[in-house]
Amino acid sequence: MDYSAKVMDHFSNPRNMGSIENCDGVGEVGNAKCGDIMKIFLKVEDDRIADVKFQTFGCGAAIASSSMATELIKGKTLKEAWKLSNKAVAEALDGLPPIKMHCSMLAEEAIHEAINDHLKNKGLEPWTE
Amino acid sequence: MDNSATTPARKEVVEEMLPYLTENFGNPSSIYDPGKISKRATEKARQKVADAIGAEENEIYFTSGGTESDNWALKGIAFANRNKGNHIITSSIEHHAVLHTCIWLEGQGFEVTYLPVDKYGRVSPEELKNAIRADTILISIMLANNEIGTIQPVEEIGKIARENRIYFHTDAVQAIGHVPIDVKKMNIDLLSLSGHKFEGPKGCGALYIRKGTKIEPLLHGGAQERKRRAGTENVPAIVGLGKAIELAAGEIEETNKTLLEMREHLIKGLLKLPKTHLNGHPTERLTNNVNVTFEYIEGESLLLLLNAKGIFASTGSACNSTSLEPSHVLTACGVPHEIVHGSLRLSLGRMNTREDVDRVLEVLPDIVQRLRNMSPLTPQNYRTL
Repeated sequence: MDYSAKVMDHFSNPRNMGSIENCDGVGEVGNAKCGDIMKIFLKVEDDRIADVKFQTFGCGAAIASSSMATELIKGKTLKEAWKLSNKAVAEALDGLPPIKMHCSMLAEEAIHEAINDHLKNKGLEPWTE
Repeated sequence: MDNSATTPARKEVVEEMLPYLTENFGNPSSIYDPGKISKRATEKARQKVADAIGAEENEIYFTSGGTESDNWALKGIAFANRNKGNHIITSSIEHHAVLHTCIWLEGQGFEVTYLPVDKYGRVSPEELKNAIRADTILISIMLANNEIGTIQPVEEIGKIARENRIYFHTDAVQAIGHVPIDVKKMNIDLLSLSGHKFEGPKGCGALYIRKGTKIEPLLHGGAQERKRRAGTENVPAIVGLGKAIELAAGEIEETNKTLLEMREHLIKGLLKLPKTHLNGHPTERLTNNVNVTFEYIEGESLLLLLNAKGIFASTGSACNSTSLEPSHVLTACGVPHEIVHGSLRLSLGRMNTREDVDRVLEVLPDIVQRLRNMSPLTPQNYRTL
């Protein structure tokens, strides 16, 4: 696969890899059958993402997308994090091969799932867009 | 560690080829002396290919490689024998050069039976017998599989084909230089091979066609290759292929002995890792093939980390293919979808050493662990972080 230097950097030295005990929200998307699963753990303080970690089963692009996406939402408000698009993740990685764009999609979806899980835990309505 | 993908042309091969790229550039079809020099060189190479597989010199046809040979065998037999029937039998783990040709033939009105394989990737001769119909014209089953190295019971298949008067083609692309072949004893009517898999040049292969076989040409044009395969011969590559197969067939025992030792050492070492499974047959397999599945991780990321350590390998993971489909071979062997992406193929070559194998065994456990630590699928007891 022809990956950018940035993808290779985030793949080789993933940021925020791991899990958070007693986290405020978890989002898991993808499935093993397709070959990629992304799981995002959030720690939320005052509607702001105080900490974020990920676990990913998947290719180089999936791991790099998880790493970059978590970097991009760390410290952001939930509203700001919600608005992170897959395109923004791919652009921050200096692009992904077309066939791998779905990996950045997974990152966006995993963040949405995690935020909604947090809202649900607080007894709030999930966001839809 | 990816010699089933390709091999470098060996020194002796390149040396034999060079004069035919420069001073001996004559067209074998020309009647003057330089043409005759080229003609003689191709005929010498043809004899070497024939000797390596127990065929006659006039049963060997040079092609552009394994894909063309497979295409020619299947389409050529199908269309030349249409009056006898339109049914073809193959296996579900063939190379795409055979499988995709079969799918295309189905679109042309032929019927194809794709035989299942057992968990080791072996076709059952009994199931083959049951699949034969009155209108079956061709059986195409590979000699050895490119992904898992499983060797098929070709002699038995050949016997069944002969008893039923059905043409038998085998894709032997991965087998040359590893499995001794005698087309007469094995009742093979057509056999595909490719130069670059046994240290010959790329872009050159051959199809063995038993004398008396009814087959249409794939390429129409000039009268080359006894009017069966048009196009000016790739003389340097043909010369190189001839030299390469002569060396490979001549050294087969010695090569297999060394490779087998390395293969077993590698498999033993890899299976020490927890949740690791061997794909393919434990003994009926190519001496150079190792294929394992590591649970909880994905193959492309595994390859990237190995690449960073200077180890080049291959995987059956969907994420490593342009189709995003996991390996049809592993799937046909019943490897569950959930773990099929974690497969790794290491294919050894004559250039690999025991040190290379030890290096893989030294580096791989950490890489697998690193990816397992990263994966949400990994149970807690298989994590170190």
